[in-house]
Amino acid sequence: MTAAIVTFPGSNRERDMVMALTRAFGKAPALVWHRDTELPKVDLIVIPGGFAYGDYLRAGAMAAQSPIMRAVADRAQQGVLVLGVCNGFQVLTEARLLPGALMRNAGLKFVCREVHLRVERADTPFTQGYRKGEIFKCPVAHHDGNYFADSETLARIEGEGQVAFRYCSPQGDLGAAFTPNGSINDIAGVYNDKGNVLGLMPHPEDATEKLLGGLGGAPLFAGLAEALAGAPA
Amino acid sequence: MKAKIHVTLKSGVLDPQGKAVGHALGSLGFAGVGEVRQGKYIEIELSETDVGTAKANVEEMCKKLLANTVIENYAVEIVG
Repeated sequence: MTAAIVTFPGSNRERDMVMALTRAFGKAPALVWHRDTELPKVDLIVIPGGFAYGDYLRAGAMAAQSPIMRAVADRAQQGVLVLGVCNGFQVLTEARLLPGALMRNAGLKFVCREVHLRVERADTPFTQGYRKGEIFKCPVAHHDGNYFADSETLARIEGEGQVAFRYCSPQGDLGAAFTPNGSINDIAGVYNDKGNVLGLMPHPEDATEKLLGGLGGAPLFAGLAEALAGAPA
Repeated sequence: MKAKIHVTLKSGVLDPQGKAVGHALGSLGFAGVGEVRQGKYIEIELSETDVGTAKANVEEMCKKLLANTVIENYAVEIVG
């Protein structure tokens, strides 16, 4: 199993992602630059957190148009797993690889803290390391994480099981008090319709080291490693 | 010629920034301020000389990059 991380000018969480992936996969991921037009043959493509292109115009808008994203879209179409975290989620929605949009946080402030997440499905390659309904702790750090989808899209993604994670209380209760950014239906992460592309605002890669606040994100990477274990190197 | 583009949030999309601006105007003592909606204004110099073609090109730019049509509307005006 192999992975590649796509970086843009302004990406800043790729090293955290390298660490989490190296630990779970047993080897370091390839790093690909936004101007590249080809991706190495990999089982997983990751768009990391940061502020690609300084969030100019809209968070993720410029990055979504960069040359490498055409290759990412082609691979996604072929069924390769794609994971976008934080800014990576914004890039994937701007690239229309995921439904909806991420807007300025409802409280208008940059939010940097730990949240609790509820796993909505445990039958995907991204979440098979969790139990359905499991709650885990994970940090968020963003200014534009307010997930929005129009009512028709929202009904579709809810109906099709495309919601991956919801913000919740430590006990799993939902409500505005536990959602750091005003996201509609407390949505923290969504899948595309085929389930091979996942975007989420929280940083599971930053919850993979006990000394640094916990291991809540570790099952995501362990689950991916397990799901891809049969894949040719 | 020049394109003048307004990008605005679709109705039904909450605009917390506009709301905060509205609150600030109220606390400055401006009476009668209703809903405030914030958007973007973009100007683009164009070498195209045909208004129809210019407008079509800029609308394509809006769809591909300048607006996120999931949440935003755009209005294009070609001048000069």
